[in-house]
Amino acid sequence: MVNWIWLFFIVASVVVAAVNGKMDAVTQAAFEGAKSGVTVSFGLISIMVFWLGMMRIAEDAGLLQKLARMLGPIVRMLFPDVPRNHPAIGYIMSNLSANLFGLGNAATPMGIKAMQELQKLNPDASTATPAMCTLLALNTSSITIIPTTLIAIRMNYGSANPAEIIGTTLAATFVATSAAILADRWYRRKSPPPPIVPKQAAQNKKVKPSNAGGEPVV
Amino acid sequence: MYNFFTNMSAWMIPAIIVFIPLYAAFRRKVPVYETFVEGAKDGFGTAINIIPHLVGMMVAISMFRASGALELMLSAVRPLFDWMGIPSEVLPLGILRPLTGAGSLAFTTDLIQNFGPDSMIGRIASTIQGSTDTTLYVLTVYFGAIGIRRTRYALKVGLFSDIVGFFAAIFICLYIFG
Repeated sequence: MVNWIWLFFIVASVVVAAVNGKMDAVTQAAFEGAKSGVTVSFGLISIMVFWLGMMRIAEDAGLLQKLARMLGPIVRMLFPDVPRNHPAIGYIMSNLSANLFGLGNAATPMGIKAMQELQKLNPDASTATPAMCTLLALNTSSITIIPTTLIAIRMNYGSANPAEIIGTTLAATFVATSAAILADRWYRRKSPPPPIVPKQAAQNKKVKPSNAGGEPVV
Repeated sequence: MYNFFTNMSAWMIPAIIVFIPLYAAFRRKVPVYETFVEGAKDGFGTAINIIPHLVGMMVAISMFRASGALELMLSAVRPLFDWMGIPSEVLPLGILRPLTGAGSLAFTTDLIQNFGPDSMIGRIASTIQGSTDTTLYVLTVYFGAIGIRRTRYALKVGLFSDIVGFFAAIFICLYIFG
């Protein structure tokens, strides 16, 4: 998908430039673009170094686990079909709290761990369960308290107040996440499992342990 | 309302910067400075790893803008967006955001570069980029890792929340900064 988008941008640019007679400008823009790519990435270093240092302190102080525990009741409410003491719950809580802190690199492995645990509860290993869909919905609209990358970019381009978008970002992310949760709830109720699943589930019941255990690949 | 949001933005970072080391030092006896330096080392790599992605996307997007192709695309939807009071320049961001993280980050950067970080477009773009994650990537990674092929309604839910988030970001910014 990304490949096609990229190709589309480049091909469309050259075609339109040929029609408009703007070939020089496009060549110029290609090099300018490459330069901005590097400048922006360098601009990110300062904030990334600072923020990840701060987050390591939070991690070592056990703040991430603390937040994870606070999320417990919400997680149990959002995942009614996962048994209370199942390891999946723990991973889901860690995944969500890492997202909150803006630690994408820590959130993804936790999310995959959670998916693997949920897969063990799955009667049909190739079809997503409602719990998996809910976890995915929460991650696609990921709530982040501090949008560090954006603050760094705004800083780079001389914003008078780089952090002023924290409030609006939080509000927008809250709306998006609520929409995701509501849509997920609605689909959970509306869409019955695909027709093949009950049969397969019945068949798979006996082989389930080996089937679920051997599947996960990271 | 404006005051509430700007105050929250202004206080959030200092509050976190003070609270985390203070809590770590006094409640958990963490050697705060050394721990900070240890974790900070990862930041460099993270920023450097973005370079190839960002260069690739910035080149494509700069070309797209300079050739007039972007303008051509926007002119089609401009009347509708004008009617809703939304700057049509942010539309491509709404399309790119769920599909490619690097692409939308590059486009946001492009908008901030062209219109300024403190312009309405710059603020809206920052809010859109910061408020949601790349649905397609998350879906591929999470479901790919465990071999899920039938994703059922997961993609629809993700895209729906992206659309809601896109318009929420725009209207919240127009309301707060308007």
